[in-house]
Amino acid sequence: MNPREAAASVVDPEIRVITIDELGILRAVEEDPASGRVTVTITPTYTGCPAMDVIRADIRRALTAAGHPDAQVQTVYSPPWSTDWISERGRTKLAAAGIAPPTPVPAAGVVSLTLAVRCPQCGSPETEQVSRFGSTACKALWRCRSCSEPFDHLKAL
Amino acid sequence: MNGPFDFTLALADDALVAAQRLAEWTTRAPEMEEDIALANIALDQLGAARLLLSYAGELEGAGRDEDALAYLRDDREFRNALVVELPNDDFAVTMAKLFFLAAYQLPLYTALAGCADERLAAIGAKARKESAYHLDHGALWVKRLGDGTEESHRRMQAAVDKVWPYTHELFAADPAAPVDPATLRPAFDEVVVPVLAEATLTQPDSAWAPAGGRAGVHTEHLAYLLAEMQVLHRAHPGAKW
Repeated sequence: MNPREAAASVVDPEIRVITIDELGILRAVEEDPASGRVTVTITPTYTGCPAMDVIRADIRRALTAAGHPDAQVQTVYSPPWSTDWISERGRTKLAAAGIAPPTPVPAAGVVSLTLAVRCPQCGSPETEQVSRFGSTACKALWRCRSCSEPFDHLKAL
Repeated sequence: MNGPFDFTLALADDALVAAQRLAEWTTRAPEMEEDIALANIALDQLGAARLLLSYAGELEGAGRDEDALAYLRDDREFRNALVVELPNDDFAVTMAKLFFLAAYQLPLYTALAGCADERLAAIGAKARKESAYHLDHGALWVKRLGDGTEESHRRMQAAVDKVWPYTHELFAADPAAPVDPATLRPAFDEVVVPVLAEATLTQPDSAWAPAGGRAGVHTEHLAYLLAEMQVLHRAHPGAKW
């Protein structure tokens, strides 16, 4: 496994169905041609995301297993992470795990309208927000009016 | 204030003290959803505080990291505005503080995102999105309580009356700063005035403007907050998880 594949295989510790690559927080994997030293660049979803330390440790562990025990992990904050960076594959995986994927982030200056969030269980657009905050910093709690199931929704950011 | 270190430290302390106060609601909020909401907002504030404190430490160049700045300063060395250290008090007071603070932090971080200092610009661009969400949340509650029952209206108005005088300190002019806080006041009023009106609340016209936090002169409440926040670190110097 090359360093890029190794880092990309690390799963998010709080949403374990999706990799950090699919979530869009893996920004770069660079290998110094002279020394062979690998530097991985990540960015947090939210500034206070408590999973970052675990993600850093998991990346180092994955790279050690791939033959790069001296890999460095650096964190950048610019440009800020957006839910638009979650890949299509990532969105499909979230929905399959019962987490409604984020709606697109409206462009600046555009009047935003709230798009319906589809229930990840039954697909109904008849849903309502129960709480603007959820089990992790990046999620809100919703409920389906058709099948009555509560579900997590990854907030557009 | 003078220089980027003091400016960055003041912003960091606003966020850190606000986080600590909000965290006091954990397991005590009026409903479970609100408990989670306040803990999430506290976490956002803590995240911004950590970035700002780390950068302040680098600007100072004296070898102090985020932990040294958070845990090993006394109240007179903190530069937060008084509004964030006020006790949580009634839930309505917490909501007034949350709303006013977000209405200040959102234009502040937005302006920082376009400032010449690359590090502050990156932090501003990141924190801005979170502040916008806090502002929505605070505004929802101010409207719900203000335009609610007779009792909720009475308590929300009392909360606004209590917290409002402390908002003026946030906009004290500092022309040398990367963003002069005085320039943020119109954006604050633009958000706050219509929400108070919709909430059927009266905007206080008191000229009283307590201040001193930016110079390290605090209310009696800050030292107690710091004592609780710092005790573990001070009791076990150098301890690591």
